[in-house]
Amino acid sequence: MPADGFKSASKPLWLLAELTYRCPLHCVYCSNPVDYTRHRSELSTDSWMRVFREARALGAVQLGLSGGEPLLRPDLEELVTEAHRLKFYSNLITSGVGLDEERLTRLKAAGLDHVQLSFQDSTRELNDFLNHTRTFDLKLRVALALKRHGYPVVLNVVLHRYNLDHIDTILEMAERLEVEYLELANTQYYGWAFLNRTHLIPARDQLVRAEAATQRFRERVGNRIKVYWVVSDYYEERPKPCMNGWGSVFIAVTADGLALPCHQARSLPGLVFPNVQDYPLEWIWNESPAFNRFRGFDWMREPCVSCPERFKDYGGCRCQAHLLSGDAAAADPVCSLSPHHGRVLEALRSKETSDTARALLFRTDENSRKYAKDSNGER
Amino acid sequence: MDKSPEIPESPKNPMFAPESVPLIPPRYRLQWEEAQQSHVLLYPEGMIKLSQTAAEILKRIDGRCSVGELVADLERAFPGADLRGDVLEFLEAGHASGWIQVRV
Ligand code: SF4
Ligand code: SF4
Repeated sequence: MPADGFKSASKPLWLLAELTYRCPLHCVYCSNPVDYTRHRSELSTDSWMRVFREARALGAVQLGLSGGEPLLRPDLEELVTEAHRLKFYSNLITSGVGLDEERLTRLKAAGLDHVQLSFQDSTRELNDFLNHTRTFDLKLRVALALKRHGYPVVLNVVLHRYNLDHIDTILEMAERLEVEYLELANTQYYGWAFLNRTHLIPARDQLVRAEAATQRFRERVGNRIKVYWVVSDYYEERPKPCMNGWGSVFIAVTADGLALPCHQARSLPGLVFPNVQDYPLEWIWNESPAFNRFRGFDWMREPCVSCPERFKDYGGCRCQAHLLSGDAAAADPVCSLSPHHGRVLEALRSKETSDTARALLFRTDENSRKYAKDSNGER
Repeated sequence: MDKSPEIPESPKNPMFAPESVPLIPPRYRLQWEEAQQSHVLLYPEGMIKLSQTAAEILKRIDGRCSVGELVADLERAFPGADLRGDVLEFLEAGHASGWIQVRV
């Protein structure tokens, strides 16, 4: 493995625990692997607690409890108790389904720090269509209950062609629900979103209008609501600094125990991701070939290796490089200097022919079994 | 962390008088991080790594003690230093970023 000083210096700050791949919702842009039905086993309570302890010892301080729907784990309260004891700052990332009064009370007592609640849209019709359940009213009730229980709330809405034009009512909803944070995350095209890409890619003017509305909102509400806008990177000239660089600040652990440097990395071919049941996290972070594969800058090729911007964007996202160019060590094709940038432009054009593309695919067990093969980058 | 806010410049109209009482909203948590050998301020989706001075100021903000008392206490702990200016600048910046409020 190439040695460089950068490697030993970094410590993980974030641990994302994907407690389960089970979920009662069926979002069309779900970031779980398309073949999640192949990965049904789940870590035990004890294994998760050990992962928490080991991650904390390495320096991780922010803990995301995610899924699937983490509330489907009956041991969630126990896990939160342990996270709190370890002084993690814990975040429950939830659809809201299953978050009743009793669990809100128990989780609060266990020391849960904040909750990120997802809405698919500000209208009942589109919300319930995109996740293929009737959950809009429930989510509204949960949002109000969260405030009653004194939780800081991050409202998360994934944006795409179907809801970008609802931006004004989405912003209004955040204000009405008195959340502290609003995360407006433009769809990133991996997993289910990649399969549904031709449907979800917005028009550029939709993005421009929505971003301008968001900016006006920010100026009006000031610190009352902090708004994060995650860009739609296909429309950018430069890639996102994915995870601040591979193996730099972030570890995800999947429901079945794989440790990943990015929660999409499972789909990368040729890499063996270690399972937390077989190796201590300390070895995984510092020594494992998978976490060192794209760490630092030595793995880079042209155009990245001689590019002054590599310290800023780390060559972009490895998973996106693989998905769009077939080569995980290439420059992220979002970059206009990438020889594969044409693939992104092609995808942007293809949105106009979506009528002829296959139907919108919901995240369901049936579709997972049927389309799993596509998740490995078949284009 | 990628979402840490930049500390903006102090606003033109100062928020803090000697008798105002600063307060850290409950969603922010100050703690010592062994791995980083520093205090950090944790909040949803982010973290700010604090300088020693910043940590000394934040540790003293309890929602009861006024700016004047805070400065006096700091000057007792670090004799010989004139800290009023630094403290005010820090409070204004924290207020602009949302992690310090004024008790009303
Ligand atoms: S994106 Fe939707 S379907 Fe996927 S895990 Fe989250 S709530 Fe469930
Ligand atoms: S060439 Fe590589 S390092 Fe340079 S801007 Fe593009 S992706 Fe970033």
